[in-house]
Amino acid sequence: MEELIDGIGASPLRKEGRAKVLGAARYIDDLSLPDMWHGATVRSTIARGRIRNLHFGNEIDWSEYTVVSARDIPGLNTVAHLTNDHPCLASEYINHPDEPILLLAHPSKTALHHALKAITIEYDEYPGVFTIEESEQAVAAQDAERIIWDGSQWNATANCFKTYTMYSGEGEEVEAGLSRAFEEADYIVEGEYSTGAQEQLYIENNGVIAECFRDENGDVESVCVQGSMQCPYYLVHALELVFNLPEEKCRVIQVETGGAFGGKEDFPSVIGSHAALLAMKSGHPVKLVYDRAEDMAATTKRHPSRTRLRTAVSREGKLLGAEISVAIDGGAYSTLSPVVLSRATIHAPGPYHWPFLRVKSKAMATNVPPHGAFRGFGAPQSLFGLERHMDKIAKTIGISPEELRRKNFLATGDYTATGQPLVEEVDMQKLLTRALREASYHEKIARYAEENKTSPIKRGVGFAAFMHGTGFTGSGERRLNSQVHLELLPDGRPQILVSSTEFGQGTNTILCQAAASALHLPYDLVTIAQPDTSRVPNSGPTVASRTAMIVGKLVQRASEQMLHTLSSFAALPENHTSQQFLEAARRYLAEHGTLRESVRYEPPTKIYWDDELYRGDAYPGYAWAVYVAEVAVDTRTYSATVTRFDALQEVGRVMHPVLAKGQIEGGVAQGIGYALYEKCVWKNGHMANNQMTNYIMPTSADLPPIHVHFEEVPSIHGPNGAKGIGELPMDGPAPAILNAIENATGISFNAIPLLPEDIFERVHSLGHPHGGSRELDPNTDRDTRVEETIA
Amino acid sequence: MRSDVTEYELSAPATLQEMLSLLAAEPGKYTPIAGGTELMVALGVGRLQSRSLLSLQHFQELRFLREEDGHVVIGANTTFTDLRRSALIAEHLPLLAQSASWTGAIANQNRGTLGGNIVNASPAADNPPVLLVYGASITLISASGMRTLDYNDFHLGYKKTQLRADELVHSVRIPLAYQGYRQYIRKVGTRNALAISKIALAGIARTEGTRIAEIRLGAASLTDRPIRCLAAEKALTGASLAADSLEATLQAGRAALAMEAKPIDDIRSTARYRSAVAENLLEEFLRSLAE
Ligand SMILES: Cc1cc2nc3c(=O)[nH]c(=O)nc-3n(C[C@H](O)[C@H](O)[C@H](O)COP(=O)(O)OP(=O)(O)OC[C@H]3O[C@@H](n4cnc5c(N)ncnc54)[C@H](O)[C@@H]3O)c2cc1C
Repeated sequence: MEELIDGIGASPLRKEGRAKVLGAARYIDDLSLPDMWHGATVRSTIARGRIRNLHFGNEIDWSEYTVVSARDIPGLNTVAHLTNDHPCLASEYINHPDEPILLLAHPSKTALHHALKAITIEYDEYPGVFTIEESEQAVAAQDAERIIWDGSQWNATANCFKTYTMYSGEGEEVEAGLSRAFEEADYIVEGEYSTGAQEQLYIENNGVIAECFRDENGDVESVCVQGSMQCPYYLVHALELVFNLPEEKCRVIQVETGGAFGGKEDFPSVIGSHAALLAMKSGHPVKLVYDRAEDMAATTKRHPSRTRLRTAVSREGKLLGAEISVAIDGGAYSTLSPVVLSRATIHAPGPYHWPFLRVKSKAMATNVPPHGAFRGFGAPQSLFGLERHMDKIAKTIGISPEELRRKNFLATGDYTATGQPLVEEVDMQKLLTRALREASYHEKIARYAEENKTSPIKRGVGFAAFMHGTGFTGSGERRLNSQVHLELLPDGRPQILVSSTEFGQGTNTILCQAAASALHLPYDLVTIAQPDTSRVPNSGPTVASRTAMIVGKLVQRASEQMLHTLSSFAALPENHTSQQFLEAARRYLAEHGTLRESVRYEPPTKIYWDDELYRGDAYPGYAWAVYVAEVAVDTRTYSATVTRFDALQEVGRVMHPVLAKGQIEGGVAQGIGYALYEKCVWKNGHMANNQMTNYIMPTSADLPPIHVHFEEVPSIHGPNGAKGIGELPMDGPAPAILNAIENATGISFNAIPLLPEDIFERVHSLGHPHGGSRELDPNTDRDTRVEETIA
Repeated sequence: MRSDVTEYELSAPATLQEMLSLLAAEPGKYTPIAGGTELMVALGVGRLQSRSLLSLQHFQELRFLREEDGHVVIGANTTFTDLRRSALIAEHLPLLAQSASWTGAIANQNRGTLGGNIVNASPAADNPPVLLVYGASITLISASGMRTLDYNDFHLGYKKTQLRADELVHSVRIPLAYQGYRQYIRKVGTRNALAISKIALAGIARTEGTRIAEIRLGAASLTDRPIRCLAAEKALTGASLAADSLEATLQAGRAALAMEAKPIDDIRSTARYRSAVAENLLEEFLRSLAE
């Protein structure tokens, strides 16, 4: 009988699915260690200033508690990112609300609440800047009081973490070409687009348990942190600096993780270091788990952005040139902002051919908690601007959004804006044709135009065309130099050893499928080890839509190597059965003791990238997509609802159709939230709506039927042709939805989140006769008792 | 959990009488807790002031729903799920079935009670506007007896009611008198489910020919408490829905409603938006009457 392989292209059950469904999966808060204490964080209540005085109330017996301050840090007081500007604990200066200052530990979790209330901190407050504009103004006015981040220390400029300039060719030639293009253009179309912060809202908040071990002299010998995270080796590197320990003395274990979306990429370095410091000082294992309010107020969010486009266009709709400037709000410290900005920069030109293009971008400092990684990582921001702008150009010159895009799409053999030749097949024309057909776009445009004349509900359709680069940018993958091991367990089953993590998206499953396909073994026989840095090699961070393509390919290569080893050893036949494989494996083990195959990243084709000029092969591969949104805008409530969504993408070979569809549906839902619901309400840099009652994430009752369609064009870079998929679906929904709203209402909205109140204000922008009563204090939430949570 | 639960005391008196005497002995000392869907939220975020709680959830004599001389009488402990499942409510008081169905999520509806919704007295609560338009009366019980008030007089201000510290809500009573009335309700929340309303409007009306013979309107989040929109009702009673006067009627209704609307700006919406949408909802209701 033919064995069921369930390899690439099948949809086997998730490796950890049964445990999750049965409630047997153990997340960090389900775990406990003997004599474990609990930790809590004392945070700043101001946005910017200097700590004058810390007061510990005498209603508390402080001898029961462990209190950690910056002075207790044995190594560097920094959270390891690209720049070491981010203190692990604030020692003197405060740069954002909810900044960690002290850490507390106690055997009882409730005792911590009393202690938190008994600590008062006095500050000298300094003025803060809270938006990109305020940060820019401070620089422009040389207002020393509002220079909140001194760039000179970090090889950067005041209030600005990073800038890029990207040209579509040699700089001077492009500048000359741009001048000509704008002179000769029939139309010059300009626009400004902005996006807000967005909270990842993983179901499980950030949390870790840390242990610290001492040698016989009582010196710190090693630390171990387990917890909810995406990138165990990032935390290893953070611990190395904070504890001044070598890599092998910093052990990190990922436990079952309840969602991440980027929110557990860089942040575990913060909470993980904190818990380890408490473990060091208290002499106990310490669990530090945030509740929702703390997680929302104090951890990273998506970078707010502003994108300006100035474009030169011919009468026929040919794009002649563009000057694009992208600014993102990085928050108080540099963290990952330079990398997020890089992706925003490279994605800004979209899937179009620009004869002359300049993108200038910058990441500004503000006094809000540092923004960080979130699915899409800069691309959703600049693509929102571009895809809204494409509709604006079409409207301005009087052709359809479809025709404009068709005239300018990149195609196979073309060069992207960074000069990367599109060697693998790209057919945006075909994607657009199919997406519009699947969505009945043309029929609906015509029908709604008619129906809208008499209906109080205005309907419309809109679309966005875009791409998402998979893997690290440019030379990033080469620098990462990822490694994968494949071993044999004593019973002969293969086990994958990687630091790539499962957090709901399917890593375990697809990597086992890749191995199953390559080893010609049933999926059920392939196992994957828990990511524990004392056991697994560094296969790179689980980010950047790189796991399927890059790590999947490494797993495939390791599997081929293992098959080769066993074939040479035991003459395994071509189409071996699993029995034959296991027998060969066990015989090999009997003779050699162990079998470990190890492979490192090697680009399948040459990849050139120039970090100085920002030119070359920006990504190993791209996923391409056209998304179509259909909306209904109720003129009585000014609310826009998405009523149908069609998502068509070309992601190479689809590894697991069920998981892939889930990734797209989830990303689209998150994109709908980004566009129409999720708004961070900032009050002097503090998130005022840090609770799920008032941070409005769409529910199933707010989401439309989402139709997911795939085109498959295998890529040489991934296992059996797979490309990345994870972030792509975050890029398209927002511009598609706002394009649809413009189609429905004739009004062009260029900022998200777009809430009913915003639509109302635009509709009534000439002023409304009935203002509201000002009798009640407008700043307080009078509807519930749970309005203001203590951060 | 940001509270130290060991600082709280929760007991469940064996009988309703016992609970009432405890409340009477030291008025203000105890806070009653029914489904707990308000109070437990406050406990979770560390803001539950009252340290002594008395549960009344187990009193089955407060959990009933019956027809009684031309009225429906609903016990305070009746849950939203009870309301949603009742054929009596569905047939006679469709607006209440509707408001119960969008109060929180299923889990809230299984525990949350009508009494808790009324006494919590949020201006945004979903069910009070319906009770207002249906002309409900409310019966309060204490160790010294029962008293019944027009529900219209129950809410005094922002989260202030007529309820005394020694009293519990016993029941609400609604006349079965709305056969032939046109009924309307719409909640405009922050999203389609699990949402606190930014504005909500409930209305019932009886028409005679093209004339509005009687109209009652109730709103959430339009002022500091749940209200009957008496000014709009007055402006619209007797008004014509005929094609040539509909616009004037709409304008009169909108203008009157605007006068009594005193919404606020808060974390969920703006006063301007709330006023405008309230008028739009009224207009939607009136247009439906004209059809
Ligand atoms: C997630 C969530 C969503 C929600 N969504 C909505 C919504 O959409 N719409 C809405 O209106 N509400 C909503 N609520 C609020 C809440 O569920 C309702 O107000 C519910 O009716 C409260 O009833 P309860 O029995 O749970 O009240 P409890 O929490 O037990 O009590 C609330 C108040 O009423 C008092 N009380 C209760 N019963 C009596 C009585 N018989 N006599 C005197 N005093 C009494 C208590 O002392 C307390 O002050 C939501 C709550 C949550 C947690």
